[in-house]
Amino acid sequence: MGEKDEAKEKEKEILQILEGNARLNDAEIARMAGMDAAEVSELIAGLERKGIIRSYKTVINYEKAGIEVVQAVIDVKVSPERDTGYDSVAERISRFPEVKSVRLVSGEYDLSVLVAGKTMQEVAYFVAEKIAPLEQVRNTLTHFLLKTYKENGELYGEEEQGKRLAVTL
Amino acid sequence: MGTTGAKREMDMMSDRVADRVRQMKGSGIREFFDIAQKMEGAISLGVGEPDFVTPWSIREACIFSLEKGYTSYTSNWGLLELREALSDSIYKETGVYYDPKGELLITAGVSEASDLALRAILNPGEEVILHEPSYVSYKPCTAFAGGTPVGVPTSVEDEFKVRAEQIEEKITAHTKALILSYPNNPTGAIMSRKELEEIADVVNEHDLLVISDEVYDKLTYEGTHTCFAALNGMKERTIVLNGFSKAYAMTGWRLGYAAGNKEIIEAMMKIHQYVMMCAPITAQMAAIEALRCEDEVERMVSEYNRRRRLMVNGLNTLGMSCFEPKGAFYTFPSIKSTGLTSEEFAKQLLFDEKVVVIPGSVFGACGEGFVRCSYAVSQYELKEALERIGEFLGKRR
Repeated sequence: MGEKDEAKEKEKEILQILEGNARLNDAEIARMAGMDAAEVSELIAGLERKGIIRSYKTVINYEKAGIEVVQAVIDVKVSPERDTGYDSVAERISRFPEVKSVRLVSGEYDLSVLVAGKTMQEVAYFVAEKIAPLEQVRNTLTHFLLKTYKENGELYGEEEQGKRLAVTL
Repeated sequence: MGTTGAKREMDMMSDRVADRVRQMKGSGIREFFDIAQKMEGAISLGVGEPDFVTPWSIREACIFSLEKGYTSYTSNWGLLELREALSDSIYKETGVYYDPKGELLITAGVSEASDLALRAILNPGEEVILHEPSYVSYKPCTAFAGGTPVGVPTSVEDEFKVRAEQIEEKITAHTKALILSYPNNPTGAIMSRKELEEIADVVNEHDLLVISDEVYDKLTYEGTHTCFAALNGMKERTIVLNGFSKAYAMTGWRLGYAAGNKEIIEAMMKIHQYVMMCAPITAQMAAIEALRCEDEVERMVSEYNRRRRLMVNGLNTLGMSCFEPKGAFYTFPSIKSTGLTSEEFAKQLLFDEKVVVIPGSVFGACGEGFVRCSYAVSQYELKEALERIGEFLGKRR
């Protein structure tokens, strides 16, 4: 393995560890990955600098926390522009803080937009006032989220309990 | 009951139970294990199975097979579709080709396969050489099959590898076979290709058979696993035992297999058809799917590897000298500095700090002075267990 491949492998391992638990400190990551802590700090700093690591966030089950959050997936059909295609309208939509994610998708609609607000009304008005009127937007279809079963790889239901015996040889 | 009564009872017992079973030593520390099983709030590093639940796609395939009505017996050999998929998978991994018709037998776990292998090859009094510390069933199964087990102690100085000359020293006119089990339970030791080749030379020279239990093969973290049958001339002499329990987190499904030359596999099948008939079809259907789940295996192996490093580092930091295990999911640290026997250590650790570890002596006399700690537990439990062990050692200094 070349030096470059090796560095890539190390970065990949760090990313996987952080994706599983972003709260680990550099020393803990170093122990798990078989590296030294200084090397891990350096690699993480590099990954942040390059914009590969975008942020460190928490997966929260708001329903369980008793905090009401209304979310909706908005399918948006747009007319692509001559020079920029879908990018400029997608980037415009992305700038609203109410918009949590924007993805270009295949199929009947073009963009899949996740919007969050405090009430259904707030979300509906946001779509009607901010997204639908955009010049390039031809059509929108709003799906309010009713229940989350899995988010970012985390199951929201009861955790599967191991049924192992304490001692097996 | 008076002493006479008790004696009469014992005499009767000895009549009813066959001599070879009665003479078999039960595990002396069963009592300790019983306490450990029931201890509330204990963290167990005593587990010999993955903490992962079987990957969902495998379970889903099993459920689907039940819905489709796959509830019958299968061929004694196992489902042909599974044997074919397995043959491909083994070839891909090891470069050894086994004919799905005649060289592969699907069994109810590696446990059944090892019993079949021993019974298929042993005549009364023939000797089987096995390295220790090792999995607990090889010796009793050899004895039940009418053979005589001959242990070869391995040592931490040799990284718990068995050396070719150690095997050679134990060979007599009665030696029939050698049992190899690397990656090793309980030590986590692995063997390099070169070291195995030296053993293969001895096997050839003395015309031995090899039963190679490779159930932890996919859980190799450094270097690569070498299948013993892949060595020059060894396919004919080796019965490879393997299964789905460890790599695919399928312990409770009881599914394993044996791969070897036609004559021996056929002989094993003869026994299998009368005692087991076939492995459960539900597990076989699931196993077909399992062979398509290499990504899941890879994910689990990466996670074990992280925990392995955490545990080895943690134990060494605590001053329990621990050689670096490169396979399976066990560490085998020395507890000699405490002055306790491994059984005393395990008992006191359980009672004082509620952490379960397995005394090394369970796996053979040369395991004395060590304990087996499994890292098939969550990172959270692993850290908590290390802290408790730290407390325990701190109080004894």
